[in-house]
Amino acid sequence: MNAEVKQIKTAAESALAANFAASKSRLPGGPQTAGEREQAFKLFERRGLPHRRIEEWKHTDLRVLMRDAKPLAAPPDAAAKDRAKHSGGLVSGVPMHRLVFADGAFVPELSDAVDFLAGVTMVSLADMLARNDAGSAFAPPEAPQAGGDDAALALNTAMMTDGAVIRIAKGTVVDKPIHLVFSHSGSAATATFTRSQMIVEAGAKVTLVESHEGADDVDYQVSTALNLVVGDRAEVNRVKVGAEGARALHIATLIADVGEGAQLRDFIFNIGSAVTRNQLFVTCSGKNANVMLAGASLQRGTQHADTTLVLDHAVGGCTSREVFKAVLDDESRNVFQGKIVVRQNAQKTDARMMTRALLLSDDAEADSKPELEIFADDVQCGHGATAGALDENLKFYLMARGIPEHEAEALLIQSFVGDAIETIAHDGLRDALMFATVRWLGARV
Amino acid sequence: MAMLEIKNLSVVVDSRQILNGLNLTVNKGEVHAIMGPNGAGKSTLAHVLSGKAGYEVTGGEVLFEGKNLLELPADERAAMGVFLAFQYPLEIPGVATMTFLRTALNSQRKKRGEPELTTPDFMKRVRDGAAKLGIAQEMLRRPVNVGFSGGEKKRNEVLQMALLEPKLCVLDETDSGLDIDALKIVAEGVNQLRSPERGFVVITHYQRLLDYIVPDIVHVLAKGRIAKTGGKELALELEANGYAAFQDEAA
Repeated sequence: MNAEVKQIKTAAESALAANFAASKSRLPGGPQTAGEREQAFKLFERRGLPHRRIEEWKHTDLRVLMRDAKPLAAPPDAAAKDRAKHSGGLVSGVPMHRLVFADGAFVPELSDAVDFLAGVTMVSLADMLARNDAGSAFAPPEAPQAGGDDAALALNTAMMTDGAVIRIAKGTVVDKPIHLVFSHSGSAATATFTRSQMIVEAGAKVTLVESHEGADDVDYQVSTALNLVVGDRAEVNRVKVGAEGARALHIATLIADVGEGAQLRDFIFNIGSAVTRNQLFVTCSGKNANVMLAGASLQRGTQHADTTLVLDHAVGGCTSREVFKAVLDDESRNVFQGKIVVRQNAQKTDARMMTRALLLSDDAEADSKPELEIFADDVQCGHGATAGALDENLKFYLMARGIPEHEAEALLIQSFVGDAIETIAHDGLRDALMFATVRWLGARV
Repeated sequence: MAMLEIKNLSVVVDSRQILNGLNLTVNKGEVHAIMGPNGAGKSTLAHVLSGKAGYEVTGGEVLFEGKNLLELPADERAAMGVFLAFQYPLEIPGVATMTFLRTALNSQRKKRGEPELTTPDFMKRVRDGAAKLGIAQEMLRRPVNVGFSGGEKKRNEVLQMALLEPKLCVLDETDSGLDIDALKIVAEGVNQLRSPERGFVVITHYQRLLDYIVPDIVHVLAKGRIAKTGGKELALELEANGYAAFQDEAA
């Protein structure tokens, strides 16, 4: 008899297996990539959809939140491309180099050519895999690394169709932000799997913007991931704007490696999707690196958003800051799990993490779990977490000056969110997200 | 008609009787000082007049220009012309002072059916008001009261008062936490706003403030009601003898 315990698959897991089997022959890449896709899918199958007994996914149980798996999106038609053309609206006022992805596929004719910029090379992932079969950059590594055994990331690796593969050469300063525009057409409830990579060589400077948008009336699914390498003394700012359609499921992974004396500033703005998961695996691998991870999540209805990060101080002398804010109305729920690891030799680490949730309704929920794992003895680490309602005394102060209650609340919420948005270095992006916050508040009843 | 009429006002906070049948009438152009020992109900009076939540009115009424003030939310009272200068002005990180002032002024104008001020007009008013009070332009660019000293916060209160042009100004222990130089600047700012059309209720524990803002009428508030009313000499008498007599009398 077979003693092995047979795991019962959920409907979504079975559908994912069927989708993978059906589509793997047309996924981009040669035999090497195909092998790595198989390997990644096996990892996913072993783990299954992340559920509540997996600590990292404790509050975002995909067995419950992802009832079914949508079929892989077809190549974009004219309508999908047209929608993508006008996508990225929240930050459209900011001059940027646009690289457009419609239903998970790169659309060159809608994109700006960035290759003409000195020191910048860009190729679509599909082209790269087709030409070079160099899939190994994205395959699950032999040795465990940050995020390497995460089931959602493994699924992305198995199914990835396209993305941007960008390299910024040593010392290059890119004039304008590079904007990856991801758009879901909503012509059908489909799934997209995009994977991008940006390698920023020593001393280079660049701002990367990612925006994710889609139709409100379709329950499509988005899996997206970015591998980011910040070279020694390089400076990278990333701003990710999550503005997916109201019924979407959005799972995003950032894997970042930050070199010596380098700086990474990351900001995640979340305003869309029914279910959102942002996971960040950031490693300070060079001395004196400086990392700022921040975010703001504005939620209403039954929106569920989860930010889970692991920041690994692998070497000493690095500074890290995290500031995450959530504004929760109605029955929305926000999850924040932040883990700072300080390795034994990572002396003189200075790490501070703060997460705050503002509850606008009695039925909203915030779950915060900050964690410190410190093996070095000469470090400064701290974390704080708060959850609470608007300050009635502040509200009274504004109302006593003639500001109506609703506007007083809006000003105070802006103030709360602004604290995080102000960490964005780029003026135009900061203003655009502040404006998006004001718009969101304007729609509040 | 009196501008403000408080009739037999009784207020309970956390099931404690704080105001107990208080009567007070303020006419246009008058400056009333309300003095009293700690716990007499001075700040409660200021908060009830301006509409802060958490105070239960168990009796009496408050009429402002003949209208029942107590049934209106704080913002509507402000638009009608009631201004409270806070004892402890709050810090609002992330809200620029200019945004705050403009929002407040235009909210009030809108409610009164007046057109919103144009930006140049608004800026000019703020600059003129700030200059009179010695408030640096740099302070106006900061978030509301963030990083301000005690004196700067109180000056900012007076600036708001000057911009909003209220009919009735309630000053809640405006002198607390001020050194003598700051006190003079703030008092001068208040005196510039004195007019035959405007009434003041100046709440204070100490006589000192009244050397600079000279009242027409002085009231002693003790045990939740007005225990004595007199001219400005009453303040000096209190300074000399303290509040003991009133606390005993009321007991």
